Amino acid sequence: MELPPDNAPAHHGVAPHRCGECCTTMRGVGVRYNGKPVLQDVDLHLHCGELTAVIGENGAGKTTLVKCLLGEIPHDGEVHFLDASHRRPDSPVIGYVPQHSSFDKDAPVSVLDLFAASLATRPACLGVSPAVREEALTGLRRTGAEALIDRRVGTLSGGELQRVLLGLALTPVPNILVLDEPMSGVDHSGREQFYELLSKLRREYDFAVLLVSHDLATLARFADRMVFLDHRIVCEGAPSEVLRDPRVREAFSLHSLT
Amino acid sequence: MTAPLSFWHDAVSALPFEWAGYEFMRMALLAVLFVSPLLGALGTVVVANRMAFFSEAIGHAAFTGIALGVILGLSNPLWSMIGFALVLTFAISWMRRRGGLSSDTAIGLVMAFTVSLGIVILSRGGDFASYTNFLIGDMLSVSPADIAWLAVLAVAVAAMFFFFFNRLLLSILSPALARSRAKHAGAAELAFACLLAVVVTCALPWIGILVINALLILPAAAARNLARNTAEFFGWAIAIALVAGLIGLVVSFYASTATGATIVLAAMGIYLVTMLRRTFSTG
Repeated sequence: MELPPDNAPAHHGVAPHRCGECCTTMRGVGVRYNGKPVLQDVDLHLHCGELTAVIGENGAGKTTLVKCLLGEIPHDGEVHFLDASHRRPDSPVIGYVPQHSSFDKDAPVSVLDLFAASLATRPACLGVSPAVREEALTGLRRTGAEALIDRRVGTLSGGELQRVLLGLALTPVPNILVLDEPMSGVDHSGREQFYELLSKLRREYDFAVLLVSHDLATLARFADRMVFLDHRIVCEGAPSEVLRDPRVREAFSLHSLT
Repeated sequence: MTAPLSFWHDAVSALPFEWAGYEFMRMALLAVLFVSPLLGALGTVVVANRMAFFSEAIGHAAFTGIALGVILGLSNPLWSMIGFALVLTFAISWMRRRGGLSSDTAIGLVMAFTVSLGIVILSRGGDFASYTNFLIGDMLSVSPADIAWLAVLAVAVAAMFFFFFNRLLLSILSPALARSRAKHAGAAELAFACLLAVVVTCALPWIGILVINALLILPAAAARNLARNTAEFFGWAIAIALVAGLIGLVVSFYASTATGATIVLAAMGIYLVTMLRRTFSTG
């Protein structure tokens, strides 16, 4: 999947009217590793403005699902994006917040360098232009992280790094925002704040959110829809329904909870 | 090439130092002014991308490159060295991509094989001693043609940094994030590794197989102790490499020591100073 140039002014900072009509469709998506099915027959609709949480045990294919959506790996079935006028642009803007444990914490790289490496044509080793700095500040302001712009990435706390990465994923404002276990290593109050921010942003900018997480209790409050994945979609629906499903309760040992 | 070169000789001869009176020193100085910043700049990516073992292996593979040159009857083994270093770069990158072996195991295997193969071929007939100058290098053998070739490499490295640096950096920080923004680094990484192999191989005859990797790693490692962002990292690495190169060249002239190793000691000294500074500044 070819993404547009990074400096494309994809409805920059301006919230389009909330349509609820543009949508990402996965139909019959399947992936095999060495002949073994990791993902089978996944049908999924992601509506704009809606937060869809994907839950499942380790190795259930959650990250593989994310990779299919990002167009990173070959898969069976189809992934389509429809915009509000039901045209089918080949290149939705996808914002991606990676697992933060995957981040190299030693590099002498500032938050601004991270934006420059993603957005600028001038190599970051020759410094960052004022225009790119302004663009980075705009992105960081969306997540209240503008004060971190000159900090070294390695010195940020887990919560700070997540806000920076979210700000980067929102530059340019995406059609779909994908977060893969964004909260591993972040404490409880940090999680609450992050999800609140995410809810506010998705209403403001009307993008679809796909969130992979283990954090059931918090997700139950913030997700619009929940999908329980175990190589295929076992059940999906409103969080309250999905969390009542016996298969989910067993997988996550929810017996003691009401 | 001759006009700027004679201007260079005139200008440096005018300096009030004893060493500036020797033509071989003026040529060596010119080579240091090219090689040090090149290695310093490449070193930033080598250190950030944890490629130190790869560049070490490329340096050691020169044994086999020289041996191939001898077998092929080449008058200048540089071409067979470069050719072999590139073959090796592709082989290692293929092994890495194919998976199965961890990167350092793959490189370790390849290095053991190429070093042994090169030594076996070169030592046939008991003639290995005539190749030992590659081990410690000879900075005073730089020719005008070498300088021209270095200038070409400098342009290639500058172009590579200009077009590929950002995607390399993003991919080093988070490969998944880089891929999601269509900043695919596969081609950039291979281009970087190839250029690194060529520069290391070209600098080998002057710096020496045993110490070249230190010259790649030390300036960047020292710069890492000082830098708060990428531009500072890059700038410090180049500046430290240059200063170490100049100190090493001049000291080696007066102390009659091998230039490459002397430069490395100077770089090591600078590294220790930066380490102390970092230790005390962070408490």
